[in-house]
Amino acid sequence: MYGWEMLSFNIHDGFLEAIVRGNRSGLLTAADYNNLCQCENLDDIKMHLTATEYGPYLQNEPSPLHTTTIVEKCTLKLVDEYKHMLCQANEPLSTFLQYITYGHMIDNVVLIVTGTLHERDVNELLEKCHPLGMFDSIASLAVAQNMRELYRLVLVDTPLAPYFSECITSEDLDDMNIEIMRNTLYKAYLEDFYKFCQKLGGATAEIMCDLLSFEADRRAVNITINSIGTELTRDDRRKLYSNFGLLYPYGHEELAVCEDVDQVRGVMEKYPPYQAIFSRISYGESQMLDKAFYEEEVRRLCLSFEQQFHYAVFFAYIRLREQEIRNLMWISECVAQNQKNRVHDSVVFIF
Amino acid sequence: MGVFDRLPPMDHLRSEKMCYVQLIIPAECSRIAVTYLGELGLLQFKDLNEDKSPFQRIFVNQVKRCAEMSRKLRFFSDQINKAGVKSSVIPALQPDIDLEELEAKLGEYEHELLEMNTNSDKLQQTYNELLEFKLVLTKAGGILASSHNHAASAERELDENIYDKEVDEGNSYLLEQGVHQGSHGNSGVRFVSGIILKSKALSFERMLFRATRGNMLFNQAPAGEPVTDPISGRENCFCSFLSGEQAKAKILKICDSFGASCYPVPEEMVKQRQIFHEVSARLSDLEVTLDAGIQHRNRALESVGSQLWRWTIMVKKEKAVYDTLNMLNFDVTKKCLVGEGWCPIFAKSQIKECLQRATLHSNSQVGTIFHEMDTIDSPPTYFRTDKFTNAFQEIVDAYGVARYQEANPAVYSVVTFPFLFAVMFGDWGHGICLLIGALILILREKKLSSQKLGSFMEMAFGGRYVILLMAIFSIYCGLIYNEFFSVPFHIFGKSAYECREKTCSDAHTAGLIKVRDPYPFGVDPSWRGSRSELPFLNSLKMKMSILMGVAQMNLGIILSYFDAKFHGNALDIRYQFIPQMIFLNSLFGYLALLILIKWCSGSQADLYHVMIYMFLDPAGDLGENQLFWGQKELQILLLLLALVAVPWMLFPKPFILKRLHKERFQGHTYRFLGTSEMDPDSEPDSARARRDDFNFSEVFVHQMIHSIEFVLGAVSNTASYLRLWALSLAHSELSTVFYEKLLLLAWGYDSFIVKLAGFVVFAFATAFILLGMESLSAFLHALRLHWVEFMNKFYHGDGYKFKPFSFALLADDED
Repeated sequence: MYGWEMLSFNIHDGFLEAIVRGNRSGLLTAADYNNLCQCENLDDIKMHLTATEYGPYLQNEPSPLHTTTIVEKCTLKLVDEYKHMLCQANEPLSTFLQYITYGHMIDNVVLIVTGTLHERDVNELLEKCHPLGMFDSIASLAVAQNMRELYRLVLVDTPLAPYFSECITSEDLDDMNIEIMRNTLYKAYLEDFYKFCQKLGGATAEIMCDLLSFEADRRAVNITINSIGTELTRDDRRKLYSNFGLLYPYGHEELAVCEDVDQVRGVMEKYPPYQAIFSRISYGESQMLDKAFYEEEVRRLCLSFEQQFHYAVFFAYIRLREQEIRNLMWISECVAQNQKNRVHDSVVFIF
Repeated sequence: MGVFDRLPPMDHLRSEKMCYVQLIIPAECSRIAVTYLGELGLLQFKDLNEDKSPFQRIFVNQVKRCAEMSRKLRFFSDQINKAGVKSSVIPALQPDIDLEELEAKLGEYEHELLEMNTNSDKLQQTYNELLEFKLVLTKAGGILASSHNHAASAERELDENIYDKEVDEGNSYLLEQGVHQGSHGNSGVRFVSGIILKSKALSFERMLFRATRGNMLFNQAPAGEPVTDPISGRENCFCSFLSGEQAKAKILKICDSFGASCYPVPEEMVKQRQIFHEVSARLSDLEVTLDAGIQHRNRALESVGSQLWRWTIMVKKEKAVYDTLNMLNFDVTKKCLVGEGWCPIFAKSQIKECLQRATLHSNSQVGTIFHEMDTIDSPPTYFRTDKFTNAFQEIVDAYGVARYQEANPAVYSVVTFPFLFAVMFGDWGHGICLLIGALILILREKKLSSQKLGSFMEMAFGGRYVILLMAIFSIYCGLIYNEFFSVPFHIFGKSAYECREKTCSDAHTAGLIKVRDPYPFGVDPSWRGSRSELPFLNSLKMKMSILMGVAQMNLGIILSYFDAKFHGNALDIRYQFIPQMIFLNSLFGYLALLILIKWCSGSQADLYHVMIYMFLDPAGDLGENQLFWGQKELQILLLLLALVAVPWMLFPKPFILKRLHKERFQGHTYRFLGTSEMDPDSEPDSARARRDDFNFSEVFVHQMIHSIEFVLGAVSNTASYLRLWALSLAHSELSTVFYEKLLLLAWGYDSFIVKLAGFVVFAFATAFILLGMESLSAFLHALRLHWVEFMNKFYHGDGYKFKPFSFALLADDED
């Protein structure tokens, strides 16, 4: 029923849409970032942030502050907002909201598994996990020795279980395996999310599919660049790309055979939306690519607020907040380590 | 118009005269000066450092210190609330302390408290562990004992090759295995016992089952007493399980990840008992220590608590002072602080006195300079209100804060608002109820103002004087309508009407006859219940509404005259006020006149007809609808006047504005060219700013909108006043229904219970529907009549409020 959402959307989701739009107006602006970039120490940052919506979360922190505390508290705010929305949400919005966290779940699983592989303390690892991607038995991931156990012991109960069907092997876990597992899971997750959004239909499908396609394409590029020079075969690499997006299928064929960054660039420049991203980066450079992709993502996420009566605003809001927290982390790190000239390297202005 | 000129100045109508002032304060006495100004609370500082972020300002370190102190204070109050310590506030027992001392003191207290907390947390943790151990010992001991018996019997049964079907198949199988191993090795059945959160127990069991591939037995029992866990604080559940093989390591890992704490339980009963006694002894020891620690902490908190409130206020004030100081600028020499802001003119001497005092107290060599400045910003609006007029001012401010020195509708609202409310709510019985409510609020004013109220109560309390006036006017209008819970009374003498004969049998068919002078005040009680009651009251209330509407709208337009005169705007008087007056009064003023004439003369003329045919057929014969001589000619004249008034208010003003602008602009250029040595900067800022922003089409469209709004508004606003009639009718009909259909119906029965029930329902209906909802709706309609119909005639409402830097307001904000 494309175009008719406005008749019925507000019955169940109008309140939350209002909430999320209200929250969006609390995002830090370029003026805020400029001020933050001029801070001399972390206390200044705290002081500035207490004047924003982060105020209640930071004002009770005692004075010698660490970057991790700032990031932790800011994330806490995001989590609180997310939980509030999840509590109020009806079907299918609640499922949609849960889908948003699966990405974090995958990251957390990978984090714990890699951590235990390197004999790190589980509690220490748990602290590093993103709170949005927590599930009940996450700590018992440390028990598992191989993929099969991982799946059978822990992940069966989680929403990630269906994504696992591709990577159940009895091989012992090692770094390479885990990385492949992460990407396979992510691929399955993105495809599932994509299908779910298409099923929702309407403006949600239109905008979300666009956003997810971008995400898939970005992952494809990242996988390609990261796998250059590793023992990953072309076919394996090809398998990790999600089966949708602008690059699918011809772009994937070409990406699968790329041997260096410039070849990737050659592939991507055939696609007009990505041409702009690559044209800003000089040849042979891949560090700035992340930032360029983030900027493009933020631009697209912001645009999703221009339409009404769809769910993509929730996705966009949470992503924007995460970007904001990344920005804050970067700024705080730069300020804390006296590297202020590098502040602008990785900060993506949202507004 | 000469009459108006001689009127005394209307101070209440306009906001206070403000002036823009500059303060140059020597740095050494700036803090004291600003503190004194905060106590005075009559100066609004302007932020001169708006472009600077908070941490780049001058007094950022002091602000940080204050924020740190208030954080500590919040920590204390948090701790006090958590500990549930109640401490009496001892005001002014201790001498005033310095901020530096306070800071040191707070740091000390915090350190002490934190240390105590960590100590008691540690103790608590050991205590909990022991308690858990104790629980595990008892419960696991029980389970072990029963499983031993069970195992023994199972073994016996096994020997006889009979499986006990009643026991779970898996269980017995497992036990059998364990027993067999037990017979081979010395301790084949290993077990791990521990304690886990109840909510996690289920998934824990499932996880264990999966991890051991089902080769285990899980037993659980609820822990009897709740363990007060410092982290989760929830009731714990006890579990114990048996397992074979060396899956123990795996299981311990899972326990760890689930946050289950494991305790070793010896198998032999003797050892168990021994450990149990040991644990119990240590537990009682710890309890004593814990209690002592808590008491010590509570004493410390109490001593903090008695001062907490005072300290909080102090820190808040200090922070406000530094926040204000941050709005000031250093002058070039860095020795003085320069501040700018608004203050009412009457307060200038007070401020000066304040600053002198500050100079004296800080032993400063140089005095503070305080002088007026020119500015192009429009000044803030400041009305001096008291607790009585405040609510009315709030009602007006909710629509929009008055422009600087604009006529303030709140002055008239004090009377017109409750009156219009009462017209809709006229019933002196309900009025008395409302009056009692308002009086209760007012008499308990002192007590109520100090405590926190619910949102609704707070609203009612804030508007208590409004409610008081509304109640008094309701009683007045109720007396006019002669309704007391919809029952008429013969208060002012006898009814003018009587039955034709003694039996009164034809009262409802032939009607009554008039026997004496009209009823002296209000509506004759005999109308009540008669066949013509509604037509009579409707006609009365409808006409009354129109009269009141026309009067109030005229008042609005007249206020626009005073505004224009005050601001010396002859253009508005000539091309806006006069045509508006003419237009409104030639149509609806005339209608009001007709109503009055009809009432005085007792004529039967049909006013609808008169008004409609005044437009449709102005020259036609009025026939029996003629009320006075020369009516037809007057009507034609009025119609012509109304027709002329529309273009009059539409066209001249924009054209004249355009001409004026052009003249000024041209004149200026000539002069500028002629006298080349004249300094171009000498002209005032305001003139320069206004020079280039004249846009004729915009002005014209604006004027057109304004005119159309007025012309259409004249009709629709008059019609809007009919809501007075409609709501009054609804109110009286509703109360009649409750009275007749509830109270009288119930009274008709003999049973006491029915009567009581009827009365109770009547009372509740009256209280909630009539007094609650009806009064609210009448309030809203009165509000609308003021905001829309009255205020759109003259009120701009685009000013901003005067917000002085004041400690008193600061305290209000926080509470």
